[in-house]
Amino acid sequence: MKKFFAQAYLWILLILLYAPIVFIAVYSFTEAKAFGSWTGFSGKLYANLLTGNITGGHGLVQAIENTLIIALVSAAVSMILGTVSAIGIFHLRGRKKKTIQFLNNIPMINPDVITGVSLFLLFVFLGFSQGYMTVILAHITFCTPYVVLSVLPRLGQLNPNIYEAALDLGATPSQALWKVLVPQLRPGMLTGFILAFTMSLDDFAVTFFTRGTIGLETLSTFIYADARRGGLTPELRPLMTLIFIIILVVLGLINTRQGKTNQQNHINL
Amino acid sequence: MGKRSNWALPYFIFLVLFVALPLLLIVLYALRDGSGGFTLSNITRFFSDGDALNTFAVSIEVAIENTLICLLLGYPAAYILANKDLNKSAVTAILFILPMWVNALMRTLATAELFNVFGFTLGKGTLIFGMVYDYLPFMIYPIYNVLLKMDKSYGEAAADLGATPSEVFRKITLPLSKPGIFSGILMVFMPTVSTFAISEFLTNNKIKLFGTIIQENINSSMWNYGAALSFIMLVIIGLTTILLGGEDREVEGGTL
Repeated sequence: MKKFFAQAYLWILLILLYAPIVFIAVYSFTEAKAFGSWTGFSGKLYANLLTGNITGGHGLVQAIENTLIIALVSAAVSMILGTVSAIGIFHLRGRKKKTIQFLNNIPMINPDVITGVSLFLLFVFLGFSQGYMTVILAHITFCTPYVVLSVLPRLGQLNPNIYEAALDLGATPSQALWKVLVPQLRPGMLTGFILAFTMSLDDFAVTFFTRGTIGLETLSTFIYADARRGGLTPELRPLMTLIFIIILVVLGLINTRQGKTNQQNHINL
Repeated sequence: MGKRSNWALPYFIFLVLFVALPLLLIVLYALRDGSGGFTLSNITRFFSDGDALNTFAVSIEVAIENTLICLLLGYPAAYILANKDLNKSAVTAILFILPMWVNALMRTLATAELFNVFGFTLGKGTLIFGMVYDYLPFMIYPIYNVLLKMDKSYGEAAADLGATPSEVFRKITLPLSKPGIFSGILMVFMPTVSTFAISEFLTNNKIKLFGTIIQENINSSMWNYGAALSFIMLVIIGLTTILLGGEDREVEGGTL
């Protein structure tokens, strides 16, 4: 009985949380321009999206491209920078370690608006012209801490003897690094990469402040501008639905794979 | 292995340049006038700016309400998720963080539209509900993580020694889950105060939060005043962090 109520509570919360997403998905199957009005079932918005024949012109396709490029580049750089630094931080002691960990926490505690404004002032101060480069630098700034925090616990679990053994058996330090250390850190690096990628995809405020005035749009800033003008590009509905389905499938696959390789019951993402 | 510690050096330089210096610049710009001279007028201006003060008060109020509701709804959820007798599947836990992968602005717009469809007038009520939608996973996740890692034997020992289930909860589980609660509060409260865009969407431009005021000033090239308002935010962030137990704790729950 207790279990029944507990489960019922969880599912009520989940239904509420998913209501807006289901709402988007349902209304992606009608042609109506205005979100929330139903003009009969139609797959036309999906066809438009996939052929690039989008109502508002080319802007949305460009925004999707920009979002993906920025997310991929920042996640990749963050993964490398974060992993190398995690190894360094792991071997640091005392005050130095505390200082760098403190600095590493700041981008995670700071609200997006503060991160955005502070980086905007930095780029103004340094005289950088703002655009692609500054957005990517800004994303690396708030993504790398998550990689560091995903890799650090892994380092603690490593057996240092394996690395030493590789050196004793004649491996050069770089061979030992690539063949011993990196494979053992890979799960943490992957988690970090996924976190960084999703943080970057979802970011609005930091991009908004650091993109300058060259007209660079990501999905978030595009949606913002669209909503301000009053009326969302209808093709955003099928796009969001597709993104959500892709994520469900990918997570499902990762989950079943992890379930097979280890018997861990609760998975930390 | 000694030289390995040098690997942190590039990142240290990066952090100084892209985290420490930008925050310093906020303070610097906040204390300068248009021509570059030192002044406190940007800060004092806030305290006589009725619009900004009012927005600030509303933001703090909305943030407190949002944090409390998230905590009240989220704690039981985290508790159930982490309790193997009540919930066996890890999938349910993942379901709670999945919505975060859908663009937050898009989700917010859909939420606002849903309120419209059901005939709710957009205003304070819908703002709070919409914010709870957005931030609930940030409250559940750190608490869930702490509860999951908690050593269950303390509770069992207390029960063996005659504590009732409610005593076990009040005297063992709740105190031990404090770090998770604090992380959750930190991850909901500050972002709510400084929200921009989301609040306008949820209230049809009727209510602005503090983040919007900062954005409006920066975007209309009032950098010094914008920086001063950001500086006030920074002070509050610092205070909240210290109040909730120092900088060592907030990442313990694992952030998402």
